[in-house]
Amino acid sequence: MKVLVAVKRVIDYAVPVRVRPDKAGVEALLPKLSMNPFCEIALEEAVRLKEKGVASEVVAVSVGPQHFQDTLRTALAMGADRAVHVPLAADTFAAAGAGGAAGAGGPPAASESPLQPLGVARVLAALAGREGAGLVLLGKQAIDDDCNQTGQMLAGLLGWPQATFASRLELDKGAAAARVTREVDGGLEVLSLPLPAVITADLRLNTPRFVTLPAMMRAKKRPIESAPLEGLGLAPHDVAPALAVIGVEEPPTRAAGTRVGSVEELVRRLREEARVL
Amino acid sequence: ASTLLYVEHSGDGTVAPATLSAAEAAKHLPGQLEALVCGSGDAVKRAAEAAARLPGVSKVWLASDSALTHPLAETHAKLLSSLATKQKPSHVLAASTAQGRNVLPRAAALLATQPVTDVVRIVDDNTFVRPIYAGNAFATVQFKSPPAVRVVTVRPTAFPVDPTAAAAAGAPGGSGSPAPVEPVPPELLAPLSSVPAAKWESADVRSTGRPELGSAKVVVCGGRALKSAENFAMLEQLADLLGGAVGASRAAVDAGYVANDLQVGQTGKVVAPDLYIGVGISGAIQHLAGMKDSRTIVAINNDGEAPIFSVADYGLEADLFKAVPELIEAVKKVKQ
Repeated sequence: MKVLVAVKRVIDYAVPVRVRPDKAGVEALLPKLSMNPFCEIALEEAVRLKEKGVASEVVAVSVGPQHFQDTLRTALAMGADRAVHVPLAADTFAAAGAGGAAGAGGPPAASESPLQPLGVARVLAALAGREGAGLVLLGKQAIDDDCNQTGQMLAGLLGWPQATFASRLELDKGAAAARVTREVDGGLEVLSLPLPAVITADLRLNTPRFVTLPAMMRAKKRPIESAPLEGLGLAPHDVAPALAVIGVEEPPTRAAGTRVGSVEELVRRLREEARVL
Repeated sequence: ASTLLYVEHSGDGTVAPATLSAAEAAKHLPGQLEALVCGSGDAVKRAAEAAARLPGVSKVWLASDSALTHPLAETHAKLLSSLATKQKPSHVLAASTAQGRNVLPRAAALLATQPVTDVVRIVDDNTFVRPIYAGNAFATVQFKSPPAVRVVTVRPTAFPVDPTAAAAAGAPGGSGSPAPVEPVPPELLAPLSSVPAAKWESADVRSTGRPELGSAKVVVCGGRALKSAENFAMLEQLADLLGGAVGASRAAVDAGYVANDLQVGQTGKVVAPDLYIGVGISGAIQHLAGMKDSRTIVAINNDGEAPIFSVADYGLEADLFKAVPELIEAVKKVKQ
């Protein structure tokens, strides 16, 4: 069974971001981009399925500008068998305007692609068909736009069952269904998921492996397949963003309050000033 | 213009508090508000009757079918999208809960429209504000050309509900006359049994007796400085005295002190209680994003330089192992 994993390149989660002075987007305070942490968990799970002999091949795919290939190299270093890059023409990005156009030579801080989840889901649906994937594993959301939509939309487009926010995956070789434990509000839910299906990874699914330098060096020499939109039967308008970002604002700042000297003072002020006790 | 509200309900026939917030958000959208309640048996009938008393709801669509018993995305999204195709609402709305986030984007894909999720402010029909980068920035997004239908989920804490309205909704004999309940056309239910779907096996929804983290009025959060899972018992005791929920920082979750579903922050729950007490939490950006909208913030930390003090209304620089037991005793006295 072939497993398809989509990976997105985002500003590293440990890098603080701030709203750009022109309010057109955000900028990272350090130029560090990484694989979206939830994509990393999804990929780790796929590689583990390969190691258990359940998956025959793990194909990592990324849709976006040229520099997303760096993230595909990380995917290869983590254990993906193949990497597929769906490039988008520079004008696709230029046309998107606000949101960080990442053209050639653009600042690495502009990781946000103007692609929106419906467009990405359409590309992934086409690739899942082309590859004959039996399972698509995705992160539950990207930590830049926090949309939390792509997996659900992909499953809808394919007409496949879905299990979002997975914290446990049990799948035997040749099995017709996976057993997935999902994180829901206040607890867990267990689904039996007939394959082919889409699963999105939550934080607790696994801890991704550390990518070693030698693995990274080997990955640098491996080919990355380019799969342009036209070859997938898609036109630029299929992936054109429906939403324009018309402004980005700082969150309201909260003024620091006062220090209290003791528990007694804290309780008194919570009762008398804040009236919350 | 009209809005179709996807109602979330528990097995006992009550409407989820988050759906009340979504109904509140619907007041910012034009036209009539109709609600869709999916499920089966008595539970869905009772939920539909409760939904009929939600503020602003003019009609309830009742979809009762064995394929809808559990809130599976496959069948619920199918029904929601087919009703939307038939009724042509300008907006399809739900709360941004685990269920809403699971179902609505799928329904949007079936309607071939790009959804807008986790909205905190509705500017107009086509324009919405939503947090990005875990709340480190707020993006205003607008449809470039108005779509036939806009699929939107709203963050419940951003649309607080008037408590009297909340009491009336879902309570039999509540004020006002309920909206009419109409079954969805049977031809919308017929295809559901053949939708390839997951099979629901079991649920393990924790019943600690404490309120749910996302909707609790008081939240007591612990960080890595608690040092062990056992020490979290202290926070549970404090939370129970205050009628609140226990949460944790990602550092405490990663250290294995508590389960991941207690995590407050970027990758966990977003909370906005009346009172938040952070114990031994330094205040990483990821955590602050999940709690900074709380009404009153208390921080207890032995590091006077901890970033959490910059957002705290009341900061107590102290050893938590001394301060928390003292606080428990002081709260006991107050509550007596």
